[in-house]
Amino acid sequence: MESVVRSQSSVGPDTAAPKDATLIYRQSRWTRLTHWLWAISLFFMLLSGLQIFNARPQLYIGKESGFAYNNTIFAIGAENTANGPRGYTEIFGKRFDTTGVLGWSGPAGRETSRAFPSWATIPSYYDLGTARVVHFFFAWILTTTLVVWLVASLINGHLRRDLAPRIDDLRRLPRDIADHARLKFHHRREYNTLQKMAYGGVMFVLLPLMIITGLAMSPSMNAVLPFLNDLLGGRQTARTIHFIVMLLLVAFFIIHIVMIFAAGPINELRSIITGWYRTDPPAAHGSKTPQRSA
Amino acid sequence: MAKFEIGPKLQISRRKFLTSASLGVSGIMLSGCDAFDSQLGVGDGLRSFLEGANGLTWRAQRLLAGDSLAPEFTEADIRQPQRPNGVTAPDDDVYKGLLANNFADWRLEVSGLVEKPLSLTREQLMNMPSRTQITRHDCVEGWSCIAKWTGTPLSLVLDQAVVKPQARYVMFHCLDTIDRSLSGDIKYYGSIDLFDARHPQTILAYGLNGKPLPVENGAPLRVRVERQIGYKMPKYLRKIELVDGFATIGGGRGGYWEDNGYDWYGGI
Repeated sequence: MESVVRSQSSVGPDTAAPKDATLIYRQSRWTRLTHWLWAISLFFMLLSGLQIFNARPQLYIGKESGFAYNNTIFAIGAENTANGPRGYTEIFGKRFDTTGVLGWSGPAGRETSRAFPSWATIPSYYDLGTARVVHFFFAWILTTTLVVWLVASLINGHLRRDLAPRIDDLRRLPRDIADHARLKFHHRREYNTLQKMAYGGVMFVLLPLMIITGLAMSPSMNAVLPFLNDLLGGRQTARTIHFIVMLLLVAFFIIHIVMIFAAGPINELRSIITGWYRTDPPAAHGSKTPQRSA
Repeated sequence: MAKFEIGPKLQISRRKFLTSASLGVSGIMLSGCDAFDSQLGVGDGLRSFLEGANGLTWRAQRLLAGDSLAPEFTEADIRQPQRPNGVTAPDDDVYKGLLANNFADWRLEVSGLVEKPLSLTREQLMNMPSRTQITRHDCVEGWSCIAKWTGTPLSLVLDQAVVKPQARYVMFHCLDTIDRSLSGDIKYYGSIDLFDARHPQTILAYGLNGKPLPVENGAPLRVRVERQIGYKMPKYLRKIELVDGFATIGGGRGGYWEDNGYDWYGGI
């Protein structure tokens, strides 16, 4: 455990050697700042994105949207039935009744036809123009923050020390999965294998894919990078991927929140707000786990 | 950053901070997304601040895109008629009169900041050099449609009218009523800057998929601005006006949809 505490001294100037050895400085100010900027950006991008989707609640595969032919793989809509209007969601031609949430929703007696419900969109009423304003503003924030984080993490060693996969991670994976399944958490300085996979997946796969598919939908960017849509399978496929990655990011967010509550919300929140994280007392696991040097 | 001691005092303030932070987040979640509605109307402070990003996008894409061409497709990619959108059958008497006569009396007026104002017939436009391009139309709603467009490059018309140096934008005035207000019918209007106006793919289209432009797609003449979204390509053209700003036109934001909250630059 000693080595863990000593290794922190290289992190930054605000690393005061704490009297309590289990309290370590885990997250640099760059990680914390960018984390919260992403949290805010992704919140607004999700809700404005769902509003944008509502303008055309269908997803297609290919270069264009089929009107005289069918290349729709996903659709949300409303239809009149004998029991009044119903909302539906159609996935690969299979239709599900989603009245109340998708397709047909709103306060009792004042339901309207809208793909995603009012509570899930910004603005709450239908306004594509405003949603685009909000979406593109936060797209700039998100992308800039990602670049700042990448540079900072290369310099301060966050990438190399915390996120870079190691052979050891692979060896620990089965035990990690078993531990997570039993909601048994170790509080160490290092991320466990599943954490590395989740964070690495978001930072290096999902967010870049989100930006790339977002750019692929821009007609001006198509002139700059014409190969992008060829690579992705066409603008409408890019739009579909953009939507699917959104679902994956939402799934990550839910798991992220559940894990924070399972692992101890005060300690986890403290580390991403102040940087300080309370690790398990050395007796709990110290001798069994080889410590890594930074 | 100052070093700090982990003491009881800090513990309390940290706890307070955590509590208020989580209360704040859950407050936003609970109140739903109408929490932001009141700050997002056109002209509101927050809205105007967020709109600043559109200027950034415009400059960044200008820098990157230069005069590069929008992707063009092949005949095999044309798999359906061009989907019409917005006004598809103008109900205006003037328009219906022109249509009844197959647009023989229609003229494209070119005015404003030009040395030689023009009044062009459809035949005059069709006798000028033309450009045909198979491009993808991207609607702001999210759908796309590939079609073949034929028309006169706008730059040729601008050259013929000789644009004055102080002109910055091309304003399009249309024949179709898009909206009604207390002060009367609002005909569709929109604008692009001279850079996009002079782009080789920016054409005044009179042909679609090898046939004359149909009414639902903007007959007799519509604009194609291939590196922007559909609402930047007005249909049923009547007049092209060269201006140095659009503060006095409509709501002052450069177009009908812009006056209703859409970004002026539609490259994204």
